[in-house]
Amino acid sequence: MADLREKRGSEGDTGSGSGSGSDTGSGSGPGTGFGPAPTYVSRLVDGLRAYRLIAWMWIRSTMAYRASFAMTLFGNFAGTVLDFVAILLMFSRVDQLGGYSLGEVAFLYGLSSAAFGVADLTLGSMDRLGQRVRDGTLDTLLVRPAPVLAQVAADRFALRRLGRVTQGLLVLGYALTVVDIDWTPAKVLLMPVMVVSGAAIFSAVFVAGGAFQFVAQDASQVQNSFTYGGTTLLQYPPTVFAKDLVRGVTFVLPLAFVNWVPALYVLGLPYPLDLPEWTAFLPPLVAVACCGLSGLAWRAGLRSYRSTGS
Amino acid sequence: MVRAWRLYAAVAAGGFRRYATYRVATAAGVFTNTVFGLILAYTYIALWDERPGLGGYDQAQAVTYVWVGQGLLAVVAVMGGGFEDELIERIRTGDIAIDLYRPVDLQAWWLAADSGRAAFQLLGRGVVPMVFGGFVFQLALPADAWTWLAFLVAVALGVLVSFAIRYLVALAAFWFMDGAGVQQLAVLAGLFFSGMTLPLNVFPGALGELARVLPWSALVQVPADVLLGERTGFALLRTYAFQAAWAVGLLALGRLVQSAATRRVVVQGG
Repeated sequence: MADLREKRGSEGDTGSGSGSGSDTGSGSGPGTGFGPAPTYVSRLVDGLRAYRLIAWMWIRSTMAYRASFAMTLFGNFAGTVLDFVAILLMFSRVDQLGGYSLGEVAFLYGLSSAAFGVADLTLGSMDRLGQRVRDGTLDTLLVRPAPVLAQVAADRFALRRLGRVTQGLLVLGYALTVVDIDWTPAKVLLMPVMVVSGAAIFSAVFVAGGAFQFVAQDASQVQNSFTYGGTTLLQYPPTVFAKDLVRGVTFVLPLAFVNWVPALYVLGLPYPLDLPEWTAFLPPLVAVACCGLSGLAWRAGLRSYRSTGS
Repeated sequence: MVRAWRLYAAVAAGGFRRYATYRVATAAGVFTNTVFGLILAYTYIALWDERPGLGGYDQAQAVTYVWVGQGLLAVVAVMGGGFEDELIERIRTGDIAIDLYRPVDLQAWWLAADSGRAAFQLLGRGVVPMVFGGFVFQLALPADAWTWLAFLVAVALGVLVSFAIRYLVALAAFWFMDGAGVQQLAVLAGLFFSGMTLPLNVFPGALGELARVLPWSALVQVPADVLLGERTGFALLRTYAFQAAWAVGLLALGRLVQSAATRRVVVQGG
């Protein structure tokens, strides 16, 4: 049954005329003779289950080459460490960057890296979607009884990406020991909220990037500008960048809510733009809005997909 | 001999055309290079504001360095990509056996293909970020044609060194079967020691001295220095000799490893 559900959803979208009521959800069938129409919750459960199964399969497959896995895990960790080493090298020559001390930059870096690391671990395979559209293997995913997003996201699930999360948290830990923060209950609460919301915001960027690849298959690199580029940007103090760039990532593509806006509140530093203090608590809302929008984009992308049939 | 040269020229032209086919991918790459260029340029400006003259560069030179780096990133394949994925796949699947009894030299074949790729990416990926950088920031670009020519020679030598390194990385697949780990370590070394993350002359003390003599410095740091006018006259010749020595040494090592590897190959029949 679940099989038909997914298949009908995708076929209905390609204009085979499965009924006028089929646009209530990307995969929800019209509900004629297939039992009760699936709810969003059951689809979410379906998706997570599929994700878990596929991810586990990839983990086992990776473990077939243990030496290589150990090397890639180390590589992932070392790669992000080198990233931070570059900042350390900068601070070996200067005491401040954009008016920020090393500890304060490390604070921003740790938050950005941890949040991005979680998103990269869960959705880092989205950039392979264009490849799948190009070589036609996406069709296989459409007929499988699981949400396409879960399948694409879990494809080639790479446990080695834990390296980045670990490194981000370590840098954050270091920052917390060297920076003098005037802790309040609200600030303490904000710390985990920031990482989770930040991961959700970056996840939304990954999904939106995936949706874009339905339109431009070869352009998977563009999403790197916003994912890897985004996390790199957020590792540095906002005072370093031109005001217009800061406005752009605050109001247009709200990456600033991953760490800049809430983190500067925690540090007690002024944000270069005039934002009221309560905006520091917006990250969860921004994350929900981003995820909603990118979900819509994903659905539109999936519907616009036309298989070559080959 | 002439026929061999014509063959390799044809392979190189094929490499050029192959990469030229993917226009959207090229545009996407240029976009990404430009975004990263912007981010890095602002951080370098902040760094040189704090410490003018750091590493012997003034601020305009530092910003120029960023855009040269972004322009060269794909050309000298700092992050890998290009022929080695394909070669590793051929080693893993065993298709390499077919390549080995072809009447061409394996290393020269891939070198020809890779130089075609590099030539395209210099035009397709190198020019636009540089021009964009020139519009947004004050760059310290040379006015005379000779410096540009010297720069191109340094880039060509850099491509040769980069190829030699990546060829060795690919051959490691003979021993590891899954080349991903070695590839990743190579990317890390490339990013860090080429001067892509931070100019090598900003590296402190012994680390800086070490980084400047490693082969990766031939990829980005050396060409950038040539363009910025930091290496002229006799120093320029010494720079070329440095790059060429690494290229010859690593290419020779590649041949040695190749012959060791091919003796290991067992072709499964059927």
